[in-house]
Amino acid sequence: MKSFTYTITDPVGLHARPAGLLVKAIKEFAGSTITLAKGEKSVNALKLMGIMQMGIKQGDEVTVSVEGGDEEAVAAAVEKFFKENL
Amino acid sequence: MISIQGKGVSTGIAAGPLYFFRRADLTVRDFKVEDRDAEWQRFKAAQAKAIEQLGELAEKARKEAGDEAAMLFETHQMMAEDLDYEEAIENGIREEGRNAESVVSDTGEQFAAMFAAMDDPYFQARSADVKDVSGRIVSILLGVVQGGIDSDVPVVLTADDLAPSETVQLDKSKILGFITSGGSGSSHTAILARTMGIPAVIGVGDQVKKEYEGREVIVDGGTGNIVVEPDEAARQTLMAKKEQLRKRQAMLEQLKGKPNVSKDGQSVRVYCNIGNPEDVHTVLENDGGGVGLFRSEFLYLECDDYPTEDYQFEAYKKVLTDMGDKEVVIRTLDIGADKQIGYFNLPKEENPAMGNRALRICLNRPEIFRTQLRALYRASAYGHLCIMFPMVTSVWEVREAKKLCEQVKKELTKEGIPYAEDVQLGIMIETPAAAVMSDRLAKEVDFFSCGTNDLTQYTLACDRQNNDLGRFFNPHHPAVLRLLKMVADNAHKNGIWVGICGELGADLTLTETFLSIGIDELSVSPRSVLPLRQKIREADVRQCREQILADLACDQTQI
Repeated sequence: MKSFTYTITDPVGLHARPAGLLVKAIKEFAGSTITLAKGEKSVNALKLMGIMQMGIKQGDEVTVSVEGGDEEAVAAAVEKFFKENL
Repeated sequence: MISIQGKGVSTGIAAGPLYFFRRADLTVRDFKVEDRDAEWQRFKAAQAKAIEQLGELAEKARKEAGDEAAMLFETHQMMAEDLDYEEAIENGIREEGRNAESVVSDTGEQFAAMFAAMDDPYFQARSADVKDVSGRIVSILLGVVQGGIDSDVPVVLTADDLAPSETVQLDKSKILGFITSGGSGSSHTAILARTMGIPAVIGVGDQVKKEYEGREVIVDGGTGNIVVEPDEAARQTLMAKKEQLRKRQAMLEQLKGKPNVSKDGQSVRVYCNIGNPEDVHTVLENDGGGVGLFRSEFLYLECDDYPTEDYQFEAYKKVLTDMGDKEVVIRTLDIGADKQIGYFNLPKEENPAMGNRALRICLNRPEIFRTQLRALYRASAYGHLCIMFPMVTSVWEVREAKKLCEQVKKELTKEGIPYAEDVQLGIMIETPAAAVMSDRLAKEVDFFSCGTNDLTQYTLACDRQNNDLGRFFNPHHPAVLRLLKMVADNAHKNGIWVGICGELGADLTLTETFLSIGIDELSVSPRSVLPLRQKIREADVRQCREQILADLACDQTQI
């Protein structure tokens, strides 16, 4: 398993639009299971409403972990997505 | 004749038959199915159909109202195929053997309830989206067409409130006006009405009765007045007003793209006052030449704690990018007085208008100021930025603020972060002290902008919040106008520009006065741009200047 932490900088947090973009991006990596966690809560990053229900705001630290597939490459790609969009 | 009062949210007058929005009957029966697999396939087909419809709506919304509006339906698409949502529905059908309609309906309610229970108002509001999506799938399963207008002639449409998907799929050629019993000025119906230029009145409660359907009704979206079965006198009055509004609007439309130049060739820049990055589109829509006052307070008011540098940077960057190469004057934090923020922990003051506010707070707490200045300079790389300091009384305050700007620039250079070299620095002239010292202050900055609301309050010693002062509170008082002239003269002597960003800027009875004293820029609310442009283009400064200046020097009427 490969994981990284990221602090959300988007002023409105992980609301519907960026959450939708995230799900779209994650769908590209069908061979890996990608999990998004904040504190105790975690959710499969393919689940839009689950992500939204975590109520992730600007300044929140989230941990993203990748299991299966080319973990290194997928984690790097997902991290890049976070940096560019969130 | 029946007269009803609501809240007007989109100006204009519409007359036509009253029509109640038909919402499809989505009564769902709950029963067991024999062939669970077939039922699941039936759901999958309805889901696919919903996603297809939402895609069409997104395209329609994109054409009518832009990308933001389209995004709403794209989000709905994703909700419709959300894994958890789908899984809950699959369980209901496969494990419990229930019919698809009732499972979708219940699942929608469950997800909506989860959103409604969240702390954040943004996420709470998403519960309406989940319900909207579920309602769409249910109506496809039931084979009912979602509500519309079943009428051959255009109508005044009445509803409790319309969901976004309902408003966007309405046949706009059939709608003369909107009436809703609920809703707010920022509801989807109100926004749509304004975008489309359709008169709308909201919040009428249960005053519009079902039995009025089909009767003639006139809606005044400006005053919020609705007349059912108008008598001849009322009809004539309202129709005359409608014609007047139409002519006025057509004339104002023609002014778009035209310069703000008086008959004798004097030009003034007409900019806009905004309080939010979202206001930029109304600036552009009304052909504002720039932003003359962007109140940065909203960033602080909408947060529970000091907004971070990145958060502010994004907001400033958005405004600057959206405005392209047009000038944007951002005013640094102006709180205190009537705008209080909890987390600043400001001690309670007996007389806050004269207390610790605006630039005073920033200079006393430079760490807060520094964050804002860094965000501003970082954003300056994305457009044409001017920074303005509010509530100045002394030269030293301006020097201290400028010094902080220099420090911030040095830091950014060191960190290799780009910023614009040509950021203009200016101050608000809103205290009598600043007006009197404007000859000295003009040597420190690149521009002045007169905040006439506070300038009037301080000059006349009249509290602007106090409604009982009546005739004593006179923004046309010669003391205020003389100060404005003095400020303009001192600005020009020192080769800097001077603007007005208070309410007075849009006061058309003073436009000729402002032109006569040589104001370079007037910043007004976006909707006031075109009326002001019209006034400027009708003015002949050569003819009125002498008289106006003489009146200012020796006012006989209202000393």
